[in-house]
Amino acid sequence: MVRISIASGKGGTGKTMVATNLAAVAADALLVDLDVEEPDCYLFFDGKELSREVVSRKVPFVNKEKCTGCGNCAKVCEYHAIVSLPKDVLVFDELCHSCGACSRFCPEGAIEERDHPMGEIIRLGANGLRGLTYGRLRVGEASAATLIKRVKRQLPKDGLTIIDCPPGTACPAVESMRGSDLCVLVTEPTPFGLHDLKLALAVTKKLRLPHVVLVNKTGLPGPDIRKFCSENELPIVGEIPLRIEIAETYSEGRLLVRDLGLKRQFESMLERIMEEAEKA
Amino acid sequence: MKEIVVLSGKGGTGKTVVLASFASLAKNPVIADCDVDAPNLHLLLNPTVKERGMFSSRKMAIIDGRLCNSCKECVSACRFDALSIIGNECLQKVTVDADACEGCGVCTRVCPSGAIKLQEQDSGEWFVSETRFGPMVHALLAPGGENSGKLVALVKQKAKVIANQTGANTVLVDGPPGLSCPAISAAGGADMVVLVAEPTVSGFSDFARIADLCSQMKAKTALVVNRWNINSRLAESIENEAALRGIKSLGRIPYDEMVPSLLATCKTPIESRDGEARAAIVEVWNKLCDMG
Repeated sequence: MVRISIASGKGGTGKTMVATNLAAVAADALLVDLDVEEPDCYLFFDGKELSREVVSRKVPFVNKEKCTGCGNCAKVCEYHAIVSLPKDVLVFDELCHSCGACSRFCPEGAIEERDHPMGEIIRLGANGLRGLTYGRLRVGEASAATLIKRVKRQLPKDGLTIIDCPPGTACPAVESMRGSDLCVLVTEPTPFGLHDLKLALAVTKKLRLPHVVLVNKTGLPGPDIRKFCSENELPIVGEIPLRIEIAETYSEGRLLVRDLGLKRQFESMLERIMEEAEKA
Repeated sequence: MKEIVVLSGKGGTGKTVVLASFASLAKNPVIADCDVDAPNLHLLLNPTVKERGMFSSRKMAIIDGRLCNSCKECVSACRFDALSIIGNECLQKVTVDADACEGCGVCTRVCPSGAIKLQEQDSGEWFVSETRFGPMVHALLAPGGENSGKLVALVKQKAKVIANQTGANTVLVDGPPGLSCPAISAAGGADMVVLVAEPTVSGFSDFARIADLCSQMKAKTALVVNRWNINSRLAESIENEAALRGIKSLGRIPYDEMVPSLLATCKTPIESRDGEARAAIVEVWNKLCDMG
């Protein structure tokens, strides 16, 4: 089993472009989109839906007949998700972390837990892939990391898995990267790109994840990423030039390896990535 | 005072460049960078830090090994699989997985020997700074930090306090990508949310989802399509989709080669004398001001 995650601190550096095209040139890869807030990988494949599962989390439901208004539930809730008023108890589902403290410690047994839908896990069959799995957070839900954990729990342990991660360095990004054999950090030669690459490196170091760099939009008049990588002994597994045809092809939801003849380039990037994953 | 928040759903559509441009056009604004886990605005505004502090909203379970008798009550009560037993039968110990612990405190309450306590953890830092366009509040979440929504709320709160003190009439907020807790927190209480979209199929899908969030939150929303000339057909589709939702279009910003060159020297497009992007952003800003 090899698990490769495609990440970056900065958004819009080309994670999805890299993940979809690498998966398309790999033999039999499972592509997993863990950017559950804005999942886009499925737009690049003419996929057939195999399954769609609603994922729920537990939120409290107060039985007003049993409730004596003692206020213990509000006292034990660390997230202020439950408020006890003289004649009522209010529950804020969005703030609830589903820890179960309120129902566990209610002396009257007046709180039961009910399912609150937080998103979906969708599986597609797509040409050239072993499969495409993605999570889709329900709009308005606060915790992306909880859904990401649920998607990951279902992933098969065998074969090659390519994971498209969300941007940033907070809990959703960390949860997506955790457990991968190699993390490919996609960056661009702009001050923003370099700055956020450094932030992403702090995460891979904290998680002790082997990592390599892929530079997108080379040719932009910004900082010298190659120099930064060589000074910090970071292997660069590939470079993608800033070209209008690439931007146009991507914008239409088409694959560069299929519609722009960049198959060889992505094959050689994948080869480098697999070499580095083996070393790690 | 008016709070304008720039969001996008999708990362890398140009939120920070648009917000920094607004900052250079507004009359004494207060500026807030609410992309707390990968902030970039400071790279363009070069702030001088005047005041800073730690952010510690996150709590974590800490086990006192001297009191713990390895009864495992806490392990089975934890919903986040954050507690586990290590060691063998002769010598057992309960440990906390710092990343999994959500600080709910259930373990502290079920522990019969009072061996577990919640402790506040530093999970970021905030800054109040001065820039060439006005005061700026920003922050940096620790790598892998949680509760970024709370840090976003803290940054916005501090910016509002400064605006009240200085009599500034605009607070300009650079928002995070995505649509979970930090984005919800950034959009909360905004007088206007400006959505920056890019004309790609991903951009379209992401715009629709962040627009759903704004309508759920009943936020007044406007649209800007950035780098529209990459795909004019999709630029139009996004504008049509916005119109269907009652979201007003403020205009289109073209892909302009001058912009990356300006960014490389830490300048906003407005700080150049000319340029297509500059002209378009000025027009967008004027339209936004006219909306009141």
